[in-house]
Order: sequence, then C-alpha cells, then structure tokens
Amino acid sequence: MNEDNYLNAGYTLRSWFFTTDHKRIAILYFASLIFFFFIGGAAATLIRIELATPQADLVSSDMYNRLFTMHGVIIVWFFLIPSIPNTLGNFIVPLMIGARDLAFPRLNLLSWYLFMLGGCVTLFAIAAGGIDTGWTFYTPFSTLYSNSYVAVAVTGVFIAGFSSILTGLNFIVTIHRLRAPGLTWYRLPLFLWSLYAPSVILVLATPVLAITLVLIVVERLLGVGFFDPRIGGDPLLFQHLFWFYSHPAVYIMILPGMGVINELISCFSRKAVFGYKFVAWASVAIAALGFLVWGHHMFVSGQSLLASLVFSFMSFVVAVPSAIKVFNWTATLHKGSIRFDAPMLYALAFIGLFTIGGLTGLFLACLAYDVHATDTYFVVAHFHYIMVGGMVTAYFGGLHYWWPKITGRLYSEYWARTAAVLIFFGFNLTFFPQFILGAEGMPRRYHVYPPEFQMWNVLSSGGAVILAAAYLLPLVYLAYSLFFGKRAPANPWDAPGLEWQTPSPPPEFNFETQPVVTRPPYQYTPDFRAEPQNA
Amino acid sequence: MRREWIPFWHSGLSPHSGDVDLLFIGLLIVSSLVLGLLFFLMATFCVRYRASNQIDRGHQTAKSWHWEVGWTAASFVGFLALFVWGAEIYFQIYRTPPDELSVFVVAKQWMWKVQHTGGQSEINALHIPVRRSIRLVMASQDVIHSFFIPALRLKHDVVPGRYQDLEIEVEKAGHYHLFCAEYCGTEHSGMTGEIVAMEAPDYAAWLATQTPETPLAQEGGALFRELGCSGCHGTGSKIHAPSLDGLYGRPVPLSDGSTVTADDKYIRDSILLPRSQVAAGYEPLMPSFEGKVSEDQLLRLILYIKSLGGRHP
Repeated sequence: MNEDNYLNAGYTLRSWFFTTDHKRIAILYFASLIFFFFIGGAAATLIRIELATPQADLVSSDMYNRLFTMHGVIIVWFFLIPSIPNTLGNFIVPLMIGARDLAFPRLNLLSWYLFMLGGCVTLFAIAAGGIDTGWTFYTPFSTLYSNSYVAVAVTGVFIAGFSSILTGLNFIVTIHRLRAPGLTWYRLPLFLWSLYAPSVILVLATPVLAITLVLIVVERLLGVGFFDPRIGGDPLLFQHLFWFYSHPAVYIMILPGMGVINELISCFSRKAVFGYKFVAWASVAIAALGFLVWGHHMFVSGQSLLASLVFSFMSFVVAVPSAIKVFNWTATLHKGSIRFDAPMLYALAFIGLFTIGGLTGLFLACLAYDVHATDTYFVVAHFHYIMVGGMVTAYFGGLHYWWPKITGRLYSEYWARTAAVLIFFGFNLTFFPQFILGAEGMPRRYHVYPPEFQMWNVLSSGGAVILAAAYLLPLVYLAYSLFFGKRAPANPWDAPGLEWQTPSPPPEFNFETQPVVTRPPYQYTPDFRAEPQNA
Repeated sequence: MRREWIPFWHSGLSPHSGDVDLLFIGLLIVSSLVLGLLFFLMATFCVRYRASNQIDRGHQTAKSWHWEVGWTAASFVGFLALFVWGAEIYFQIYRTPPDELSVFVVAKQWMWKVQHTGGQSEINALHIPVRRSIRLVMASQDVIHSFFIPALRLKHDVVPGRYQDLEIEVEKAGHYHLFCAEYCGTEHSGMTGEIVAMEAPDYAAWLATQTPETPLAQEGGALFRELGCSGCHGTGSKIHAPSLDGLYGRPVPLSDGSTVTADDKYIRDSILLPRSQVAAGYEPLMPSFEGKVSEDQLLRLILYIKSLGGRHP
C-alpha cells in the first residue's frame, strides 16, 4: 500500500463526517447503502417466507402490506436510485476523467446528509407503525383511506429527492467541466455516458416527484382536493404525475448498471466496446425516450385508448436502444481474449438476466397482453429481472471490479465466483416461477392466494432463501479482505483507464500530476499481463 | 375449480382470449428465438475466445455501422409488428359495449357488490349466462380497485368518481376466479369472488330462485321521492326544472351551447356536480348530492330515470 492515500489521510470521525473528498463520501454512501439494502432485503425475505403457503401464517394482512411497502420504498429510493451513481460513480468519476474531485465537493457531502436525513425520516415512519400504501402511494388510498404514516414516509422520500438532484447536478457539471486535457466526449469511458444520461433525468424528473408528494401531503392533511373525487380531485392525475417521474426513474436505476457492464465486458475481453458511438448515444436515447412512456402503467386504468396506443408504441421504441446495447456487448466478446474473473461472471449474468427482463417488458408493452398481465406477478418478475437481475448484478460486478482500487485489497476470487454463481441460481429460482404465476393470473400484493398457485410460490420462496444467503456471502469475504486480503497493485486488471494509473488506494488528491489523454478508451493489450488475482 | 400447473395450456374462455393466448405464444416464440440466439452467441464466443485458447483473433471488425443498422432496423421492425398485433386485440377487448344486458358492479373495501337489473344482488359472485355479451357498469365507493378475471384475460380498473363500462362474455359454463388486481388496503387479497357462467336455462332458473326484492328502477323511484328530487323534477312542480321523462339517451343542449347525450355518466354527473353541465334555459338551482347518495343509490336513481322512457343509445 502506498504511504499516503485517502484512507490514512485522517482517522478522526471529523475527517470522515466533514470530508469533502469524493472517495470518502463514496465510502459513507457504501456503508449507508449496505444498511438499507439489508433492511429492504430482510423485508423481501419475510414476504417470500409468508407466501410459501396460501394462507396467512407468519404475519397479519396489515403487517404484510407494511412489509412490501417498506421493501419497495427502501429499495427504490434508498438503494437502487443512489446505488451505482453515489457509490461507484462518486468514487470513480473524478478518477476516470483525471480530476481531483467532483465539481462541487461540498454539495456532494450535503447530498449524503440529505440522503441520510430522508432515510432516517422514512425509517422513523416504518418504526412508528409503517406505511401500507405500496411504494406507488396510489391515491385516493394514500390520501384519505390509509391509516398509516404516509405523510412522514412521503416527507422522507421528498428530502432524499434533493440528494438525488444534487448528485445529478454534480455529475453533469463535473463531466462537462473537469475532463482531463485531451479527454474529448468520444474518448470518455462509456460508464460516464451512462452516468451523464441518468443525471439529466434526476435533475429534470425528481422535481415532479417532489411536487406530487407535496400534493399527497396537502390533500391528506389539509383536505384540499387534488386526487380524491369526493372532494373534486382526479385519482388518475396522481398516476400521471407519479409515473412521469417513476418511469424515467427506472432508467436512472438501470443506465448506470449498463455503464458498469461496458467497463467489465471490454476489460475481460481485452477489447474496446463494439460500436462505441452507438452504445453511447443509446444511453442518451433511452434517457430521452424514457420520458415519453409513463402511460404504459395505465393501460387498464380507463385512460383514453388513443393515449394507450401512443404509450404502447413509445414503449416499443424505447426498447430499441436497449437491444442495441445488448447486441454490442455480445459483439464485443467476438474475437476477444476472454477471462472469467468474478466481475466478468457478474457481467455475463447481467446480459442474460437483463435480456430476459427486457423481452418480458415487450410482453407488457403489448397492449392486449398487458390487460391480462398488469398487476400480476408477471410484472413483479419482469421488473425484478431488470432491477435485481440487471441493476444489482451490475452493482456487484462493479464493486468487485473496482474493489482493489477502492480498498487497496484483493478479495478471494474463489468465494467471489462462488457467490456470483449462487446469486445467479438463487435469483432465477426466485423470479422465474413468478412469470408463470403471473401468466396464470395471480395478482401482486396478495397476502393470501388460491391454493393452486402454491407450487410456484414454494419454488420462488426457496429461491429467495438461497438468494438471501448468497447476498450475505460478499459481505463476509469482502469484509475479510479489508483486513486480511493481499495488497492490491495499482492496476490488477492491466487496464488502460485513468483510474488504474494511480496507486491503489488512490492518494487524497487522486493524481500526482495532471494526466493527459491522447487516445480513445479501452486500448487493451490482447493478453493479460497482470497475473490473475488469487487464482 | 381444478386448474392445471402448466399456465397457458388451459386456454382463455372469452371471445378475445383466444387472440390474447395466440399473442402470448407469439411473444414467447419471438423472445425465445432472440434469447436463444443471444445465449448461443455468448456461449460460442466465451468458449471459442477464452483467453487460454490459441486461436486467430485477427481481422477484427473495425467498421461496425452496417451491423448496427442491421440489428437496430431488425429490432424496430419486429417491435412494430408486435405493437400492431397487440393494439388490434386491445381495441376489440375495450370496444364500447353495446347496450346489452347490464349488470352493475360496485367495488368497495373489500368486496364486490353485484346488482342485476331485476333487483337480485349478490356479494363476491357474478352469475351470468354463457355466450351472451354482458355489459358491466362498474363504480367504486372508495379507492381504486381492479376487476380481473384471469380466465377471460380481462381486467379493468374501477376508479372512484366515474363509471367504467366493460363488456364480458364467457364461452363455457363454469366457475372462474374474480380478483381485485389493484392494491386497495388491508384485505386486498380477500377481495376475491367468482364468476359463475351458466347455460341460459340454468341462468333463468337461478334468477327465479333469487328472491328479487323490488326491481332496482322501482327502488330508484322511491329514492327519487325520498331525496326530494320529485319536488322539482316531478310533474306539476312549480319550480322550473327540466322534466326527466324520456330523457335517457336523448341529446341535451347545455347552457354553454354544447350538447351532450344523457347517458349514465351524464346523469351521474348531474346529480353529483349539477353546476358543471347546466341544461340550456334553466337556472343553476340544483344542489349537489355529493356525499349524500352512495354508489348503490346512484345506480338505482339512474335506472329509474332510464325507466321513464327515452331512446336507448
């Protein structure tokens, strides 16, 4: 380990909690997100255990409703949205572009405090008695009928939204202004394109969510009619406003994951990503088109048939750039020199699971089939393939890939590969049966269900237990590596990216001298010169 | 009802569900082909180009644009076809129902209340004759619910504050699940029932055994007097209010110059929000009955007004 790095620059609590170093803030985010991930995951595990039998046995209906709401709220706003941008992005973006820090280091710290404040308020709502509206807060249930801590939870999400906006803003300005000399837009690693596009969504769409949440609280506490028809409101207005944010939010979650996959696939194939410009602009296209598809959540709500037609069409269109990415990743493998280190296993798993998630998305974009499948387990399975199979898998892949850089330590390759395989297996066992349940017509958010659905539910619950255990594994071996792992070299993957050209872990100000970029990204040597780590 | 484990092998039982099943199979085939091709390529490349395999890696494709254009165009055309296919069936499923046999469905936390026009009512069950198109008029008393019959591949949200029309038809007699598909609170998963489809004679027999209370229209007439509607709208009233005889289905000129048809929705709105659509030539005197009448009562009032004659739309 090099003598002076960001980790030993200070040991006091003050040096962590008042730091403006993007790397330390990333570590703060890592710690917070692990916490939220396991809370949300624990709720999911309880839900799956309850669903192993058709009748209610573990929890009451009220408790069940609180569990799935808590799972959704925590995982969406306090894990998935901040996950890759605020941890890996925070750490890697300045290193990748050869900068000392993000453009606004203090805003970056403020963003973490807002995130934690929002998180604590939401956790308070859960501890005080929970929320039973589902993460979608559909009105008029959430405004006039629910007897739970809706206003508090909504306040928590509202506050966390400002954290998102600040992070998005920071990335946009940083990528525009702080690129190293010679680092033109087309020389940016694709990870940065995939962070830039969702950052724009964060800045544009989050305010709409904030407004919507304020309207919920105003209707709930002051009785001003926005959404409840009894006091002159329109329930569907809420759905339009909510999905105007929440559908683009899906792309906030998945685009950074796609960005990580570019880095992994090219590194472990020792090749530049095939069709760089197409992949880069596909990110922008997804972000832009993602704003025009929100009505596909409302095909059976009674919105006009013409509106449904347009939203269905746009939903098929937005799938095209995703398909482009998948084809380009596959083409990148062609004539590569492929090594199957743990990050690559996650990347390959991502491509498969994301493709299944994307293809089943077409089923749901297809109007007539959506009439049958919406609000059933088919939808649950579909978005978990994107969010967990895609996004969380990419997160783990990126975490393993940059772990040596972040911590200066090497983890056990054997255990990392084992965990990757177990996660893949557990994930599919959990969620594939849910497609079948959905096709059979089992509605989502059901605490008790007709007995004929039990077999697939038992499979799914069994898978969930395996998946939960598999997600605990990295916690163990990564924590172990922090203390007992071998020291990592500066460039364990023999990669040309700027982040690998500085010691591991990086010094406080990232680079000794200002790096200058003279060539496109991904100029890998065909052969791995570095030894496989811990093989 | 016994259902097999294999999901899409017991086919749907409505006139459209065969089309939906075919669409589903089509989607399955297309996605299996895409997925199969992708997995095949990934597996082949991963084996062939694994680092330890000494193989010619020269002549890498430098110019990629024709590949890009190829797979972009192929995806787009494929998606477009699926879009058109799905949209076509969707328009059939949700076409405006003809004024066939109407059944009223009121959804409330956490039950389905069904009213037949003859006065028979049932809870969490809907008896209908087979091979006959039924028009459901649905309303919600409180939050959003969703009327979902998996066997018919049919679903429609029931949003409070408005009526939803839905046409259903069952081809085969039997008992089928009715689910609430939109999360609606504590007992959401208990808000289930069954659709009982019966052969026409059985259905007639069932109707006869149900002690029909008074027909709904008649009950509506009683309400009409009870709530004081007749004081203004009744014959011989001294107050200048539009007569409702023969109103149903007729075009109504409004004070702002436009014209609407006096259908269920118009009558409902006129009771709840009388000032939003004032008939031409009348003062906006009528008080709102918002909060004073339940969905059940509204249905009866509408049926009463309908029974006063008029052209059926």
